[in-house]
Amino acid sequence: MTYLFQQLLNAMQLGSIYALIALGYTMVYGILTMINFAHGDLFMVGAFLCFIAATFLKLPFVPTLLISMIGVALLGVVIERLAYKPLRHAPRVSAVITALGVGLFLENFTLVFSPYPQHVPELIANKTWVIAGVSISSLQIIIILLSIGLMILLDQIVRHTMVGMAMRAISWDKTIVPLMGVPLNLIISITFALGTSLGAAAGTMYSLAFPVIDPYMGIMVGWKAFISAVVGGIGNIRGAMIGGFILGGVEILVAAFMPSTYRDFVAFSLLLVLLIFRPYGILGKPRPQKV
Amino acid sequence: MDAQKTPQKNIQQPGKGQKLGVWKQYWDRFASNRWLLPVLTVAGFILSILIPQFNLVNPYIQLILMYIGINIILTTSLNLINGYMGEFSVGHAGFMAVGAYTSAVLTTIFIPTSLNPWLFPLVVLAAGVAAGLVGLLVAIPSFKTRGDYLAIVTLAFNMIVKSIIENIEAIGGPRGIPGIEKLTTLPWAFFWTALAVWVIRNFVYSNFGRGVMSIREDEIASDLMSVNTRQAKLLAFVISSFFAGIAGALFAHVLQFISPKVFDILKSTDILIMVYLGGIGSITGSILGATIFTILLEVLRPLGVWRMVLMPLVLVLLMLFRPRGIMGLREFRWFIPHYQLLATHLWRKKKEAANAPAAD
Repeated sequence: MTYLFQQLLNAMQLGSIYALIALGYTMVYGILTMINFAHGDLFMVGAFLCFIAATFLKLPFVPTLLISMIGVALLGVVIERLAYKPLRHAPRVSAVITALGVGLFLENFTLVFSPYPQHVPELIANKTWVIAGVSISSLQIIIILLSIGLMILLDQIVRHTMVGMAMRAISWDKTIVPLMGVPLNLIISITFALGTSLGAAAGTMYSLAFPVIDPYMGIMVGWKAFISAVVGGIGNIRGAMIGGFILGGVEILVAAFMPSTYRDFVAFSLLLVLLIFRPYGILGKPRPQKV
Repeated sequence: MDAQKTPQKNIQQPGKGQKLGVWKQYWDRFASNRWLLPVLTVAGFILSILIPQFNLVNPYIQLILMYIGINIILTTSLNLINGYMGEFSVGHAGFMAVGAYTSAVLTTIFIPTSLNPWLFPLVVLAAGVAAGLVGLLVAIPSFKTRGDYLAIVTLAFNMIVKSIIENIEAIGGPRGIPGIEKLTTLPWAFFWTALAVWVIRNFVYSNFGRGVMSIREDEIASDLMSVNTRQAKLLAFVISSFFAGIAGALFAHVLQFISPKVFDILKSTDILIMVYLGGIGSITGSILGATIFTILLEVLRPLGVWRMVLMPLVLVLLMLFRPRGIMGLREFRWFIPHYQLLATHLWRKKKEAANAPAAD
């Protein structure tokens, strides 16, 4: 039983990271109906910015996190302006392929400067408490609390501020809403900044939890976060959070009770089964199709 | 139906570039010559036999030629799903892995080495059939889900295949199969490439192919027009995965070593890039895309790591300035079957005849 609780705690840790990245996918999808495949690599850039800030500037945790989030948010906005904006009226797939290209570019550009895996220094003093046989580290607590805090913050922004209202309006209709005086480009930029900075926060925490980072780390994590977003119903913010926790939970529990090589197999088979019963994800609603 | 109208429009406008007019006429005559395709095919086949026989080019270039052939098969077959059917399949390397592993297991374990060169065509065929059967499985979810959700299904399929292979110790698990005989020769590579392109072209211009294209334009409408969408999807997936399996078999016997890592999501991404570089819904585009991508990667090799930085940039720029790829939804005239050209011609005549009295 304590083993199960221990694993559930680990699942919370991994799941909150997946959920944070999945939020970026789902926000961009909700507003542009475009899958930003470069998001996993922005997560990687976030981890590398954390590495640079912690190793070369010797900064403590909070400034490192802020540098990483702001840096990646700027990068996300620049990418949107340069690469995605001209393609807003092009076929949907061209934008997706552009995103794949941007992702590959980020990976390989980082690879040029860091051919070897890097080791991120420990930023949070590692304390471990044992409660009823379950050991909890300070890092785990910070990761889980911080990501849940960020998620609540985002949820509040989207639901209760003017910017959030504009975002929801634009995801409802992109033609009429700008006519009502909503600045379309600004709102899209803000969406990108918010989504990518959450990805960067996830990257920072991931690099603290699993301290060896390399330029290709974003691929697998990014695809898995994308899957979480789809499981929750892509375009739905709360769905992305739920999907992230489900995927993290499944992965950790499979690894805990079965040979760890079966992890991907079981996790993805479960996803397929879930998609058969709920083809639009857990919270997603099927859009009516018109002929 | 846009795919067939546009090429002729482009060719039948010689007046536009007056300075280039003479050259354009020559080019039109050349490009619409009905003997071009058979002549090119036979010439290519003879060349593919002569090159290894007399060592006309060095082995390195021969190797690249074989890779180009394999990539053309992969790109054309993926274009059937992503370009003509309009779905977004991201797991093509999974089918390739099935084919590669089937063929490699056959040649390294079951078939005695002395028989290998003789049975190789059958082995490749078996690899294709195995991949085709797996494609049948993936086609079933496509009946219900579309778009991004189908993309997830294919993505998960790719990862599941990789994960299953990693867990079977009998075929090497994560270490893969080393020491595969080098059985893919240039003539064979050319033969399979030509076969794949020929079959997929004829499929696209057949009644089934029209059904597949109507799914791209509007699935519900085509269903209402009594297109058997399930059959069309099934056929498209099976043919596409069949040729991906064949490409995998050829690939395994060129590389001489396969492991699950070779067939991960990055390989699928490469194939996707070749498809969209060449242009969706265009077989000549796929051929061009695969050729250009493979050659560019080799030409830029001296740049080292920077070539991997440059390639995505080229892709992004191409997408920004030509969002449909090089040949998107267009085809060279000599590549379109004659009955198709004839049908379009007659249709146009009929339409003009119908419009003429109305204009009076």
